[in-house]
This record gives sequence, structure tokens and C-alpha cells, in this order.
Amino acid sequence: MLTDITIGQYFPGTSFLHRLDPRVKIVLLFALIVAIFAFDTPGAYAALTGLTLCLAAASTVPMTLLFKSVRPLWWLLAFTFLMHLGGTPGEVIARVWIFDLTWEGLVKGLFLCLRLVLLILLSSLLTFTTSPLMLTDALERLLRPLRCFGVPAHELAMMMTIALRFVPTLIEETDKIMKAQQARGADFTSGNFFRRLYSLTPILVPLFISAFRRADELAMAMEARCYRGGNGRTRMKEMKIGRPDYAATIFVVLFLATLGALKWSGI
Amino acid sequence: MPIELKNVSYTYMPKTPFERTALSDVSLTIREGSLTALAGHTGSGKSTLVQLLSGLLHPSSGAVLVDGADLSAKGKEAKTARRKVGMVFQYPEHQLFEETVAADIAFGPRNQELPPEEIERRVRAAMEFVELDYETYKDRSPFQLSGGQKRRVAIAGVLALEPKYLILDEPAAGLDPRLRASILRRIRRLHREKKLTIVFVSHDMADIACLADRVVFLHDGRVLLDAPPREAFFAKQEITAAGLAPPESVSLLMKLQAAGLAVDAAAFSAEEAAAHIQKALTARRKGGGRPC
Ligand SMILES: Nc1ncnc2c1ncn2[C@@H]1O[C@H](COP(=O)(O)OP(=O)(O)OP(=O)(O)O)[C@@H](O)[C@H]1O
Ligand SMILES: [Mg+2]
Repeated sequence: MLTDITIGQYFPGTSFLHRLDPRVKIVLLFALIVAIFAFDTPGAYAALTGLTLCLAAASTVPMTLLFKSVRPLWWLLAFTFLMHLGGTPGEVIARVWIFDLTWEGLVKGLFLCLRLVLLILLSSLLTFTTSPLMLTDALERLLRPLRCFGVPAHELAMMMTIALRFVPTLIEETDKIMKAQQARGADFTSGNFFRRLYSLTPILVPLFISAFRRADELAMAMEARCYRGGNGRTRMKEMKIGRPDYAATIFVVLFLATLGALKWSGI
Repeated sequence: MPIELKNVSYTYMPKTPFERTALSDVSLTIREGSLTALAGHTGSGKSTLVQLLSGLLHPSSGAVLVDGADLSAKGKEAKTARRKVGMVFQYPEHQLFEETVAADIAFGPRNQELPPEEIERRVRAAMEFVELDYETYKDRSPFQLSGGQKRRVAIAGVLALEPKYLILDEPAAGLDPRLRASILRRIRRLHREKKLTIVFVSHDMADIACLADRVVFLHDGRVLLDAPPREAFFAKQEITAAGLAPPESVSLLMKLQAAGLAVDAAAFSAEEAAAHIQKALTARRKGGGRPC
């Protein structure tokens, strides 16, 4: 069923990762992603993999859910791996058609896939442990310094919040309209491509109408509550950076410094 | 033949953290020719139940049989069985999409690939039934109608399928009292004149009392009570648990009873209540002014 899709994929909880300040989480995630690309020794990979697994365990998000977030990128991973396996010069292990499969290619392909998987896992950990609302709030705060260059930080964040807020509503609405038309004998699954496309009209028209109606109502409601953009707005819940945030930051900085030192000294 | 639910359970989003059991182990039989009301508090599973009855959801366990055919089976028999059940959703006016009223009502019959003359006949009949003049409204855009008119167009769209069983999810929600009364009147006419078997969801005890010959109370996905309305309204505990209130007339008469007047509390309209009170008062006067 359509409503089985979970978007925003927030997994409510109270773990250490859930309690960290979202701004700190975003910045640290960014640092770790840079590290994944900057350090390419087996030791660094092992350390980063270990860290990712520890964080995953600490987040209390079920492993099956985490791996589900990797699954859509399965094709990309397979393609990357095969490209490197067949496209790297070196010691040939086998020959398929016109491609030389090399030992170097195998290693490089595996490492690259590992990198991608770590990247996906870390980013999904962020979205799993931070509610979409907190995420956009944090982005707004992080983008605020760019306002003097004309980046509309508040407006961007507000747009994202509204979009995220309405995704489940629209999914629910689509589900309802689909069922109502099915009850009148509509069939969305048979016939050729054009026929199927045409059979979507009974869903799309009511869906757009309701989306516009909702947009209109929301705009009216916001205006009725004197919304005039971000200038001078304060918030009910200020984000606060506390001791756990400092601890996490110090830990990541030390972790990256160690990796840097090891790389620099050539181990 | 009836619609039968056999030990039906339904779980939304199973095996995720958002898992939610909306119905558990519900068994019901909707007899042919009956007019059943479904009541219960918000989230008690009414909409889920009616969607199961019309084959739009398939039970997680158990079976829904329409005239003996299992709705969740594949194949022709199940398909014909599903066609026998017409379903009017909560706020059905949100499903309108065609350019003209007539085309929208014809959507269902068109999907059944009926000949054009038959489609037109059905559209005419359905519009006549919901009291929309065919010539006046057939070429109007459904989006330029008032809310109540839209709802009537949407109901006509389901009636044009000529179902044997009709299911309505809160057909009168959000309408003014006059439209509400006229929708209810039409439901009763469908039942009497067209011999449709009807199930409708409602929160309003007075509506249930004046329409239904049977009421089913749902509570947290289970059947709490299944009885004729006249009996159901005196099951105070169940009514309260279902988040409803007995009709005003019954509450008033029960208060009079508690105050010592020997009055029959089974009255579901103001007139009926007045008649009962008058009778009780006459009886009391004749009995020499004795209380009770
Ligand atoms: N699409 C869905 N996804 C997940 N849970 C759902 C979905 N639809 C309903 N539920 C849940 O199932 C339960 C029963 O919902 P249902 O819509 O059947 O209630 P209802 O009795 O019709 O309520 P109302 O009177 O508000 O219409 C509710 O707790 C609801 O949260
Ligand atoms: Mg409902």
C-alpha cells in the first residue's frame, strides 16, 4: 500500500545521537564525510567503519532499517564495483570478453564501495535520529551567516519544512483518492503505457485540486497569525549546545586528528 | 446472501515501528436487505472496516465473503463480488475530476464498459435520485457546484454503478441540517425502494435511531455491541465507551424516569418523546397522582 512508504525516515528515540544538537550533528557528519574521502589507507577505513558501526549500534535504530536505506543504491554500488574491477590496469586475474579483471581493480572497487556504504549509513543515521523539523531548523541556523550574501536562509528552511510536512498528507490523500476511484472500477495496472498514463487523470486532478486548496488555506492561516517572514522572529524552543555536544565534537576532532597524524607519518 | 466477516483483523504498516492494529478479530454478518449503522469513537476502526467490506483493503487475517465469494481472492468470482459493493467515502466530493457532472457520474459505468445508452440511462437515474436536474446540471463543471451539490454528484457517481450493497462512510459529515436530513432521507429511500443492503457510518445517535435496523458499536477495533438501536441506546456503558451520547430525547426521558415519572424512554424524535410524556402524565392523573 502507498502509505507504507516512510519518508523523512525519522526513527523516534532517546539515544545519545537523538539528543545531540542537530547543528552539531550536521557539522560533524560533514567532517566525517570529508574524512572518508581524505583518508584512504586500510587502517583509516577500518577505524571509520568501526566508528560507523558503533554509532549505528548507539542510535538504537534497527539494523534492518539502516540497511534498507542502502538498498536503493544497490545498482550504483554494483556499477562502481564493476567499473573498477574491469577498468583498472594491473595484475590480471581473469579475462571477460574485452575486459581485464585485475587484482588492483578488485581492491579499489571494494574500497570505493565501502566508502559509499559508509557515506550512506552515516547520512541516514543523521536523518534517522533527527526529526525533519529539527533538521530544517538546524539548516536555517547554519545558513544564517550566508544571509549577507543574499541567501534567503529563513525562506529556504520554511519551504523545506512545509514540503516535508505535506509529504505524508499528500501520500495519504493519494491513497484515499486512488481507493475512491478504484471503488468506481478504475484500473491503474493494466493496458499499455499510454493507457496507464491516461488512467492517472482521475487521481491527479483531484490531487492537484486538493494540493492547491491546502496551499491556499495554509497561506491564509499563516497570514492570519501574522507571519511576515523571518525578520525578528524568535522561537519557542531555542537550540542549545550542551555538554554532550562538546564531548562529541572533541571526540570527532581527536579521532580525525589521529587519522591525520597517522596518514602524515605514513602508516 | 449476506456479507460475512470471519475473524477479520487488520494491521496498518505491519513490521515497522509505525505498526498499528486497527481491527482485531471482528466477526459480523450483514444480512441482505438490512440497514446497518456503524458507530464508534474516532480511530475505532470504522473506516477500516468499511474498506474491508468493499474489498479495498484485504484483511491481515480472516476473510470477507460477499455472497460466498472471498474478496481477497484473485480471479473472476472475486472481481464480480467486489463490483456488487458500492462505496461512498468520507468527503466523497474530493474525488470529482471530470469536466462535467454527467461525465464524472459516468466514470464508474464507463469502467464497466457498458453500452452508451445504458450509461446515459444510469446517469439520468442516479442524478434524478439525488435530486439534481439532468438537463440543468449535466454540462456544469463539478468544481463550480456548492459543497452539498458536489457531495450529491459524488454519491450519484457510486449509485450509477448500481451496486447491490451500498456502504457510506459518514455520508452527512460537514453538511448543514437541511442537507443532512435530505441525504438521510435518500438513504432510506434507497433502502425501501431499491431494496439495497446498506451499511453506513455515523456518529449521530438520532440519525442511527431513525434509519438503522441494527447498530454495531466499535471500540478499539473490536465489536462492543451489536443490537437493534432501540435496545442499543439503553446500554449506557457501551454507548459511553464508544464515545457517543444517547439521543437527546432518550436522555430527557431517562432523567424524567429518574425523577419518578413512569415514562417509556424509547423515543427517538421530539414528537415521539412528547407523546410518551403525555401518556405518562395522563396515566399518572388517572392513577390518582401517585408517583410511579
Ligand atoms: N493509512 C493508515 N496508516 C496507518 N494507520 C492508519 C491508517 N488509517 C487508519 N489508521 C489507524 O487505524 C485506526 C483506525 O482508523 P480508522 O480510519 O478506521 O478510524 P475511524 O473509526 O474511521 O475514525 P474516524 O471517526 O476519525 O473516521 C486509527 O488508530 C488510525 O490511526
Ligand atoms: Mg473514518
